[in-house]
Amino acid sequence: MRNTMWQIRIHGRGGQGVVTAAELLAMAAFMDGKYAQAFPSFGSERMGAPVVAFCRVAEGAIRTRETVTRPDVVIIQDPTLLHQVDLFGGLAPLGFVLINSTQTLDALHIEEFLSTLPLGHVCAFSATDLGLKYLKRPIANGPLLGAFAAITGLIRLASVESAIQQKFPGAVGEANRAAAREAFDVVTTSITEQRGIVHHAHAD
Amino acid sequence: MTTERIKFYQTGTFTAGNRLLDEATRTVQSRLDRTNSLNSGHRACQGCGEALGARYALDAAMRASHNQLIAVNATGCLEVFSSPYPESAWQIPWMHSLFGNAPAVASGIAAALRAKRRDDVTVIAQGGDGATVDIGFGCLSGMFERNDDVLYLCYDNEAYMNTGIQRSGATPPFARTNTTQAVGEHPGNPIGNGKNVPRIALAHGIPYVATASVADLHDLERKVTKAIGVRGARYIHVHVPCPLGWGSDPAHTMKVARLAVESGLFPLFEAEFGKVICSTPIRRKVPVERYLELQTRFKHLFGPPQDTEALAAIQAMADDNIAVYGLME
Amino acid sequence: MRMQIEGSQAVAEAIALCQPEVIAAYPISPQTHIVERLSRKTKQGHIGRCQFLNVESEFAALSVLIGASASGARTYTATSSQGLLFMAEAVYNVAGLGLPIVMTIANRAIGAPINIWNDHSDSMALRDAGWIQLFAEDNQDAVDLHIQAFRLAESLSCPVMVCMDGYVLTHAYEPVDVPDAVQVNAYLPPYDPVQVLDPERPVSIGAMVGPEAFTEVKYFLHQQHLRALEVMPELVEAFEQHFQRRSGGLCSAYRMEDADIAVIAMGSVIGTIKDAVDELRNTGVRVGCVKIGCYRPFPKFQVSALLEKTTRVIVVEKDLAVGMGGIVSADVQSALQGRQISVHTVIAGLGGRSISTSSLKHMILEARAERLTEPYFLDLNKTVIEQELARRRDIRRAGPVAEHMLQTMNVIGTKVS
Repeated sequence: MRNTMWQIRIHGRGGQGVVTAAELLAMAAFMDGKYAQAFPSFGSERMGAPVVAFCRVAEGAIRTRETVTRPDVVIIQDPTLLHQVDLFGGLAPLGFVLINSTQTLDALHIEEFLSTLPLGHVCAFSATDLGLKYLKRPIANGPLLGAFAAITGLIRLASVESAIQQKFPGAVGEANRAAAREAFDVVTTSITEQRGIVHHAHAD
Repeated sequence: MTTERIKFYQTGTFTAGNRLLDEATRTVQSRLDRTNSLNSGHRACQGCGEALGARYALDAAMRASHNQLIAVNATGCLEVFSSPYPESAWQIPWMHSLFGNAPAVASGIAAALRAKRRDDVTVIAQGGDGATVDIGFGCLSGMFERNDDVLYLCYDNEAYMNTGIQRSGATPPFARTNTTQAVGEHPGNPIGNGKNVPRIALAHGIPYVATASVADLHDLERKVTKAIGVRGARYIHVHVPCPLGWGSDPAHTMKVARLAVESGLFPLFEAEFGKVICSTPIRRKVPVERYLELQTRFKHLFGPPQDTEALAAIQAMADDNIAVYGLME
Repeated sequence: MRMQIEGSQAVAEAIALCQPEVIAAYPISPQTHIVERLSRKTKQGHIGRCQFLNVESEFAALSVLIGASASGARTYTATSSQGLLFMAEAVYNVAGLGLPIVMTIANRAIGAPINIWNDHSDSMALRDAGWIQLFAEDNQDAVDLHIQAFRLAESLSCPVMVCMDGYVLTHAYEPVDVPDAVQVNAYLPPYDPVQVLDPERPVSIGAMVGPEAFTEVKYFLHQQHLRALEVMPELVEAFEQHFQRRSGGLCSAYRMEDADIAVIAMGSVIGTIKDAVDELRNTGVRVGCVKIGCYRPFPKFQVSALLEKTTRVIVVEKDLAVGMGGIVSADVQSALQGRQISVHTVIAGLGGRSISTSSLKHMILEARAERLTEPYFLDLNKTVIEQELARRRDIRRAGPVAEHMLQTMNVIGTKVS
């Protein structure tokens, strides 16, 4: 279906934890025994400015250092970036898109960018709401990573949880993990419905 | 107990000579066991106030620190005349790095000593006014605000003498230097410029700040000795005439220094933790002209015609010092 | 222990294991993460009695280390870009005094225009100051080079800069094997200084030296660098014995056995170049890559030996000698003096521009076809320059160049590449 290296691009705004998301993703992949590389877009952006972070996951050592211009997965932390930043530039024809939004895909008016993507490769859900539910703060990272595990099958939910717990020990980590778990379930259900088939990729 | 007869020349002041004092209160410099930290044979000019000040200060520091002293030197006259390789005049561990970094180098030595649990060793940094008030000022302020365990000695001869008499931030108003020449309207250094680093040091709230002068070497030694006994950042600003740069007779170094003090132009005081605690009274005030007329750098003020406005301005500075530091009380 | 860790954090761990006694730090991106972690570890007492000084400038940071190193302490600092230039005077001073200070350079461009992103302009500006300069290919390399750096510096009493690409490496999370204290202690002996400020045995350090001996003092420094060329391979061997992996070294070859074309570079771009080499090899292009791991002293003979069978060399460098072209390529050229090899200069990745595999492949093929201009600027937007030149011709008060170029390019917000 694709080459062995996965390239992920995460878009958000300064302060939303874009870099942390990439880091957690890499850490989860590492825990799965994969090779991973995560790096920010190296900006001097302040709170609220559009920021980007990158992650690569592969079965072998990753040598390249170029920025991700042809992503296999695009994660959008902040829906206000839609139609402002070239979010889908270079997206692989069979790629994945994950959007943190309270709106449905139809309401986001982005079908022109996503028409080639297979069923179940695009997912919009309110990660922020899940963050509020479990953390009492609008933190979308945990849910987005849970959802990432669900739609891509690249990393295990258990590894996402371990990565979160390692980065945020204690109660914050626990709440984040719970949010990630729920997102995983919600998204799994959603894409199962989309595809009309049963999804078996993550039996943990 | 062996004593040596010391020749002493009364110089017309109220200063008590060593021979009139009991042995315990005599200067370190008068003692047979002085360390000669800055040894004789160096290449300073005749009548160099800086060499004199450094010699007294460092021998006093050596005695006060039980010979456990490391000195850092900024680039400048003192460094150049004392150290042309392989003829170092220094009998103490001594380091020269750059013009603007002596306080930081000293901070580093103090840090290394702390890491090595050597709390018995004192670190001194020294530099001229250029190194202190201008190019090294950032490092000096950093050393102060971190309260690093360093005694900084500034030998202030009021211009860049090593490079051939150029103006510094410590050059007094109206003084002629090679970059503030005595030409045109308002000849010499502009009034209203310059900075008072002892007061800036004081504003850092460091444990000890003092001014001293080679005019009173007892006092200089006493202040250095006192400073060695204090931990943290300490600063002593020593007024040192430069016959070459000031255009004064090399034989008059002490006299010129004394007139700076007695006119009120160079007030002697001590401060602890940001507060002035005492000053040295002027016993017989002299008009500033007595000080200025001995130096060709002020020659243009005496005309003809005499620049009465400038002289009045300088006198006002002296009077202000006398009032601020209570020098006549 | 192998862990997924940010480059800066990994380097900080390595530095802590080397047990410096004095660290001085002044903030500048992108080296900050390293010293932040070290400040924490120092405060927690994980680095013995190490003193961590927050100073008022980079000039002060290195000056503090000058005093500390001359007092016999193992010392460390990190800086980048403008920071390195701000301490330039002290950088030369350290080398002249022969103080074995280790400093990380998180490589970053030099302004104006102000730019916080990666290239090698900073290290290059100070390349001839008398410091040994090592360049890290990845974060494992960065960790290992720092451990080697202390041993190298202290064995020769010569300062070492470990250069790692700012952001690209300092802020990248990747797997790194961070060694333990037992391993490092076995490899790195305690610092035994050749000169020390000691009240019991007074010396004068930093005295003035006139024309009668200045040349000799400088020649001695040069000699120490030449010795480093011999010592470093030994240190690499010893490192491999202690840590069971090969890291560092003067220079190394990748797929050079039968290569007609060699791409020479330093730092993290080596990884991308290796990918490009592999892809071109699959299409039958006989290309290889030579990494320069130690730039100062420059391993002339070793580089030349790796290019034995090569007919064409492309030096990809993240710097620019304005009005001249390449810096590294000039050194490579001098290493290849008298040999029939074409040496191309490619200026790439300035101010953080991403160097892509596809651009590198294109560059290699263009070089092979003799179509590279000299020097060749990778991915240069010529239209913008032509427009700006035209504006300059037409308008005397044309205004700031950078601002107009950005307008021409219509750069708004965050660009991905």
